[in-house]
Amino acid sequence: MQFIKPGTNIDFTGKRNTAFVFSGLMILATIFILIWRGGPNYGVDFSGGVVVQVKIDQKTSPADIKEALRAVQLEDSIVQGFGDTDASEYLVRIRKIDVELTGLSDRVEEALKAEFGKGVDIRRVEMVGPKVGDDLRQKALFAIFYALLFIAIYISGRFELKWLMSIIMAISLAFVVYVASRFGISVTWLILVALIVTLGLCLFLNLKYALGAIIALIHDVTITVGAFALTDREISLSIIAAFLTIVGYSLNDTIIVFDRIRENVRRFRRRPFEQTMNVSINETLSRTILTSSTTLIVVLALFILGGGVIHDFAFALLVGILVGTYSSIFVASPVLLIWEGKFGKRSKKRGD
Amino acid sequence: MLKSLRWRSIVALAAILGAVIYLIPSLSGELPAWWSSFLPKDAIRLGLDLQGGIHLVLEVEASKAVESHLERVVEELKRDLREDKIRYLDLKREGLRGVNIVLMRSEDRDLFMDIAAAGYPDFEVESVPDRDGKPAFQLVLDAKARDRIKKMAVDQALETIRNRIDQFGVSEPDIRPQENNRLLIQLPGVKDPKRAIALIGKTAQLEFKLVDEENSVEEALEGKIPPGDEILYQVTMDPKTGRQTKIPYLLKKRTALTGEYITDARVQIDSQYNEPYVSLSFDARGARIFEQITEQNIKKRLAIVLDNKVNSAPVIQDKISGGKAQITGRFTMDEARDLAIVLRAGALPAPVKIIEERTVGPSLGRDSIEKGFKSVLIGGAIVILFMGIYYGLSGLIADLALILNMVFIMAGLAFFSATLTLPGIAGIILTIGMSVDANVLIFERIREELRLGKTSRAAIEGGYAKALVTILDAQVTTLIAALVLFQFGTGPVRGFAVTLSIGIVASLFTAIFVTRIIFDYLYVQRNMKKISI
Repeated sequence: MQFIKPGTNIDFTGKRNTAFVFSGLMILATIFILIWRGGPNYGVDFSGGVVVQVKIDQKTSPADIKEALRAVQLEDSIVQGFGDTDASEYLVRIRKIDVELTGLSDRVEEALKAEFGKGVDIRRVEMVGPKVGDDLRQKALFAIFYALLFIAIYISGRFELKWLMSIIMAISLAFVVYVASRFGISVTWLILVALIVTLGLCLFLNLKYALGAIIALIHDVTITVGAFALTDREISLSIIAAFLTIVGYSLNDTIIVFDRIRENVRRFRRRPFEQTMNVSINETLSRTILTSSTTLIVVLALFILGGGVIHDFAFALLVGILVGTYSSIFVASPVLLIWEGKFGKRSKKRGD
Repeated sequence: MLKSLRWRSIVALAAILGAVIYLIPSLSGELPAWWSSFLPKDAIRLGLDLQGGIHLVLEVEASKAVESHLERVVEELKRDLREDKIRYLDLKREGLRGVNIVLMRSEDRDLFMDIAAAGYPDFEVESVPDRDGKPAFQLVLDAKARDRIKKMAVDQALETIRNRIDQFGVSEPDIRPQENNRLLIQLPGVKDPKRAIALIGKTAQLEFKLVDEENSVEEALEGKIPPGDEILYQVTMDPKTGRQTKIPYLLKKRTALTGEYITDARVQIDSQYNEPYVSLSFDARGARIFEQITEQNIKKRLAIVLDNKVNSAPVIQDKISGGKAQITGRFTMDEARDLAIVLRAGALPAPVKIIEERTVGPSLGRDSIEKGFKSVLIGGAIVILFMGIYYGLSGLIADLALILNMVFIMAGLAFFSATLTLPGIAGIILTIGMSVDANVLIFERIREELRLGKTSRAAIEGGYAKALVTILDAQVTTLIAALVLFQFGTGPVRGFAVTLSIGIVASLFTAIFVTRIIFDYLYVQRNMKKISI
């Protein structure tokens, strides 16, 4: 059984301008939504505060619950339905950090029990003090930073088979970041600096495949963040884990397409690059669709059946896999094409 | 071909058998005796989000420990100076820095320096400009000593809390220190989280202080507190109305007796009112001090102060020898029991603040496991079916690899004593999707080779060879992400990183090694002509 007949030749590269416009729009939309929402929706992990997940065996509504919380001056908490609509589970979020956090969950429990009687089941409580919130934020950012670093090193080494170059890249990156950190720059800026330096080094050191892969990565994570902002979902520690997984997966995908491109470039030296690229994408199309489909099936199973707690995590993976697959074909590869167009003669001289 | 096939099959079967052996403790309830003696016997541990339980991070306010230490030094210095008949004008603690002293007579200057040098090695004596012609000094606590006190406070707090938790009765508690004077406490399967948390966080400082019978409480409340006195409150709650009343007491600041002399604390039931109370026993020294106090203060009141709140202030009727005292109050059985635990285990050297708390109730834990496994089963079933339809017999071989992957992941968790969390289950699910990728890469290559007209054997060889590098590449990047997550992640995220990493390694093993064995067996050994792929 076959989905894609061998010898299929869809003109992917031809459609790249449409793809650019589409990607560009999505990224602009993300930026717009982020500005509109006032930044990403950080969960208590990063912003500090209290979350109480409660199951009430009566028919009620978030508004009723907020009323009940008035008794303990917590009526301005955010109350949302959670999980399946018939499960009668709610999430009470209190983001004040100026109030003493210990004991807040007890007050919530008392107030709810006073209003709804014995059928109140406190399923989960999460309380994160401001100091811990800061720490977790730092940890998450460092995780992103180091992941970026190692992946940059690996890509440049593996793709270009220029391990020397990748060591140079690693050292320069570490150096620049060290200097930047001496100026007391926060981790967020460090990540941005690292990204910019990596892209710059790729351009300078002629690492075109690495450049394509990294641009695709940035594209994927940005759009996933945008999806979260659009649906007003919270970004917690596990969501950061999902982002890093998306990075790994998207890279996975991109590497497979690039490997095929390189193999074919070696085989068909005389053919124009654009044609070789198109053929390569078509050849790997079968595998790409299959793997994405099977991964999507299982993540969809998790999304639908997994329950409220893992729901957002599954959503991140869902969006990430879709966008990651799209980006390998329509973002990473076209970047190669543009590079060839601009710098192709230069690299031909070097005998690439 | 034949030889290497045999070797490879043995290796594969050995790995599978090993995995199954590691899995069995998690699947069966009872293990026969001969098993436990030298075969692995640990079941897979479930994370707090699947088992229910409490995760707490406490911050030990270590600077308070430094404060208390300095206060004690002030008292010691007063005693030493009195012994050597050195009169002082002023002697008190300054913040966290040290102790300020102003002497009465200039002649005592040298003697004082000797005492300070000999008896207080942790301090540096700094000369401060004379106050009205009187010699003034500051004893500054040196930095190393300060750090040592802080560290000891954290260590002591750790031991005390461990003690309390042991008495409370939790299976497999996990208590460990963290940087920045923090303690991480994880208590799986706790049924009453509120009680446990209250038990852990209570400073439990017990003090006996005499009530100042000569001065009036009312006058003190207006602002004139007599020197050496302080006002503490007794807080009572009316069980019916829930209203709190605060009764002020004027107490002598100096602590007559503290809880460190307690050897035992037990819950007893008062026969008259059928109410529980806590009976205390002091050690020999404590008993003697208690005897002295009660002897010298008959008909006066002795306040029992717990964490700076007055518990009760009974009148001393007679000298009490034998070192026994009682703490009463409107306790429930649980409250009395918890108080006894906390007094037995000892007071915390400094107050602790809860800075992070994550509690998962057992009902949610159960739900999460159910839902997680349902997703794995259904997702896995769909993928297995799909592979069988799309790739025929080869698809079924890939399915076998998939099932083996699951076995390896679970066994890996048992082997590394890693914890399975809800994101960990998500990691397993992701591995299902991604391990299929390796097989797909190989099969697509084999199909290509077949299209080029190669024989079955050649196609298989070509397919595996060409796909190998790409597979390794692709999985390595996900592995990098997983390892970074493991390094920087906390509990549930770590669980995800672990299952993902083990899953990737397992899928490399099954896709490249195990499936190849089956292919070789069918198409080389048995010489089946046409590949069903």
